[in-house]
Amino acid sequence: MNKQEPEVNIALAIKHGLNEEEYEKILKILNRIPTYTELGIYSVMWSEHCSYKNSIAEIKKLPRTGERLLVKAGEENAGLVDIGDGLAVAFKIESHNHPSAVEPYQGAATGVGGIMRDIFTMGARPIAALNSLRFGNPSHPRTKYLMKRIVQGIGDYGNSFGVPTVAGDVYFDDCYNENPLVNAMSVGIVKHSLIAKSAAKGVGNLVMIVGSSTGRDGIHGATFASEEISNESETKRPSVQVGDPFTEKLLLEATLEAIKAEIIVGIQDMGAAGITCSTSEMSARAETGMKINLDKVPMREKAMTGYEIMLSESQERMLMVVKPENETKVKTIFQKWDLQCETIGEVTEGGNVEIFYHGLKIADVSAYSLVLGGGAPVYMRESTKPKYIDENQKFDLSIIPEPSDYNEVLLKMLGSLNLCSRRWISSQYDTMVRTNTVSTIGDAAVIRIKGTPKALAMKTDCNPRYVYLNPYRGAEIAVAECARNLVCVGAKPLAITNCLNFGNPYKPEIYWQFKETIRGIADACKHFATPVTGGNVSFYNESPDGAIYPTPVIGMIGEINDYTKTISQAFKNPGDIIILLGENKSEVGGSEYINRCFGVVKGDIPALDLDLEKRLHDLILNLNENGFLNSAHDVSDGGLAVTICESIINGHGNTSVDLGAELMLDSVKRLDFYIFSESQSMVVVSCAPDKVKFIQEKAKMSSVAFSILGKVTHNKKIIINNKISIDVQTIINTYEERMEGLFNQ
Amino acid sequence: MSYPKQKFGVVVFPGSNCDHDAFYVLKNIFNQDTRFLWHKDASLEGVDVVILPGGFSYGDYLRCGAIARFSPIMKEVITFARDGGIVIGICNGFQILCESGLLPGALLRNEGLTFVCKDVNLRVDNSYTRFTAECSAGEVLRIPIAHGEGNYFADDKTINMLEHNGQILFRYCESDGSITPESNPNGSINNIAGIMNEYGNIMGLMPHPERAADPVLGRIDGKKIFSSVIKSLIENDNLKNINLVERS
Repeated sequence: MNKQEPEVNIALAIKHGLNEEEYEKILKILNRIPTYTELGIYSVMWSEHCSYKNSIAEIKKLPRTGERLLVKAGEENAGLVDIGDGLAVAFKIESHNHPSAVEPYQGAATGVGGIMRDIFTMGARPIAALNSLRFGNPSHPRTKYLMKRIVQGIGDYGNSFGVPTVAGDVYFDDCYNENPLVNAMSVGIVKHSLIAKSAAKGVGNLVMIVGSSTGRDGIHGATFASEEISNESETKRPSVQVGDPFTEKLLLEATLEAIKAEIIVGIQDMGAAGITCSTSEMSARAETGMKINLDKVPMREKAMTGYEIMLSESQERMLMVVKPENETKVKTIFQKWDLQCETIGEVTEGGNVEIFYHGLKIADVSAYSLVLGGGAPVYMRESTKPKYIDENQKFDLSIIPEPSDYNEVLLKMLGSLNLCSRRWISSQYDTMVRTNTVSTIGDAAVIRIKGTPKALAMKTDCNPRYVYLNPYRGAEIAVAECARNLVCVGAKPLAITNCLNFGNPYKPEIYWQFKETIRGIADACKHFATPVTGGNVSFYNESPDGAIYPTPVIGMIGEINDYTKTISQAFKNPGDIIILLGENKSEVGGSEYINRCFGVVKGDIPALDLDLEKRLHDLILNLNENGFLNSAHDVSDGGLAVTICESIINGHGNTSVDLGAELMLDSVKRLDFYIFSESQSMVVVSCAPDKVKFIQEKAKMSSVAFSILGKVTHNKKIIINNKISIDVQTIINTYEERMEGLFNQ
Repeated sequence: MSYPKQKFGVVVFPGSNCDHDAFYVLKNIFNQDTRFLWHKDASLEGVDVVILPGGFSYGDYLRCGAIARFSPIMKEVITFARDGGIVIGICNGFQILCESGLLPGALLRNEGLTFVCKDVNLRVDNSYTRFTAECSAGEVLRIPIAHGEGNYFADDKTINMLEHNGQILFRYCESDGSITPESNPNGSINNIAGIMNEYGNIMGLMPHPERAADPVLGRIDGKKIFSSVIKSLIENDNLKNINLVERS
């Protein structure tokens, strides 16, 4: 062993983020003291980020099977769902919160790069990207900097890589001041016959590394992501990887070409823990081992140690297993794309990953002992219901005063960062490259699949205030709202991926939030028959000010069999009737209304009846199938009034006709509670007057409440009872300029 | 709409990402004989029109289009263009044309310093060209842009020449065709969105007509640019045939 290396002992193990018990376990597995490199390997593989040690026992409670699923959650790099015509959709969401908190541009960019690799490593061509972002208070000194650089990082990477960024969700709250969330999702399409596997099968097969050369960037990134953010985090800046979308684009084309040529036995991208993770996971999946010679790894820096090479998180790299007779063919393809491609070892029997460097064996560990589902630790943490839950739910909403000037309040709502137009963000993303983007103005994005009449709809969602106030129901609502969004563009929900962003799991209150959230997601997914295909857990989202709100972001995929039947939230024709499907129960607990206007995050959140929600989904899909609907928009944050405004604004941008809306809401006691209520299972639709009767009948048959709210007008005003009357242009200006205005001050 | 087939070649540089989009429109919407041309190859395979597509060739790491101009295929494209061959550069392709000296001027970073993707209005300034013959002068087309460096710049002399010769084909405008600072998304001089060379065989434009050529995507105004080019080729062929007849 190298004499320069530090002596391995318990103190060094603790410095690596392992605890005493874990170090003892390593000694027992190896039956000796680990080498310095081996300690590094165990520390990353057993980090929270790679091992899911504090979450896996809970995650296993999520529904992970369904007749359309082609692989089980966690079995491959991303979930795979059959969509007919011999095609499957691969999709996954992943967090890059910690790197983005420290180095927002590269952190966000490599988040996009990482999730793209997860998709094309399966043989799927990425067709769309989404992202779910959480920022702090705009008056906090870092917020604007973080917003600007995170959005730019996502945009620059995705735009250059050539995949449209089509949807997402954004929230602002003080709890994200020091700890923004960046969750990136990618969706890809693959032919069943070309689905690539990630097992290192076949003793004697070659192990090849392709793509970028290896440098010192990102060493211990996975370990860094498994700690709370502190004042020292700035010193972790070198733990953040640097992205190169151009190389990733070449890697995409070369990888798909090699997979199509059917000369790849197994393939896995290198993300967290680089060569360490890919060699051990691929070996463990096939119950094989590997002999790896690090001298063969193309390097971009001199004098790297074996430890550094094993832990490097340099981006845009892949590990492949190839039959010896195909080695030249593989090299030819990667050379065509000007990418490095080197054979660094071979698949062996026995299950151990053996690492050689400068003629010495520097590591020899059982692959199984390292991985999730194998020898990696699994913990059940203590959980305690936090006191704030009951206290907040007791909040007496009747003390909220009714506004005297409703016009002012509606404009204030439209100017909320949580509700206003996201155009400042979305216009920095290429939303159209590859010419499949059918719509981005509905509740979900719609991407067609060329060569078929089909399209996929996709969206991310999570109202973190709800999950904070009531983790179980908040999580159910996140799933329900996501599904409702898909239904509102005419898509049948198929499956979800999730990104579970939480605080420190060693705190019992945080763990309780986590467990309750899992229960909520599981119940809702079972109800909608939308299994969980995979995802990611991000713990330790805490700063010295405390934990973030529990934020389980749901990414959902739905299918549209005939994309010409796509609908959007935009009102179409003056004279159309505006209908509310679902019951408005004037629920404002935890709403954006009391948050924005009274600075209160309290009360119990809206009720949710999963049976009713499902009936509503089926009703909307049925009405759209019959061509009855001119628009559909789910009522969510900001309530009915904001929903109507958005349908006008999008309608205005989409047609040359002047549009407005007039609502007559009879016998409403508290108008503010009614129009800003966030009651669940509500959708606002518009239709031609002669369709109203049919819709009413269908709603009755579905046992879904039906009420006529008013009509689409051509007078360019929004009018609600005798309380609200505002020019559409004023609404548009307030809504559109709010976020951009932050940067023009 | 169906036309006799013309031969189109879409160049694939490493980092091109609108290559498939241009290919799809020409092949599937216009039913043209369309092929990809690989950047390392030195043959244009006898095509009538070369398309330099959008994207980030070579990562655009030095300067947009600065490396692409040195690729083997560009030698052929430059010769082809100098001999009167038709070349269309879209977005990154426009940047490459400027870098290789086939079109004057340069594309600087957007004035707002951010990437911008949105639909814009374009006024057709000159409809007497092979790229715009299907449009009427002053017509407003709605076509998307998606770029970070589309701020067209040239010295006064060049701008005057472009203006004087009618080489400015498209300008960013309001929906009624008026040219205003508000309608200019990137700071281009005189709201310039697309130009051609003085011989009328090379066009570069920042907007993406290939994204506005399929009704499914809700925009079709870009079709007029492709159909103009296709028709001009057919008319050329007819002229050639007439010449042949006369000679024999």
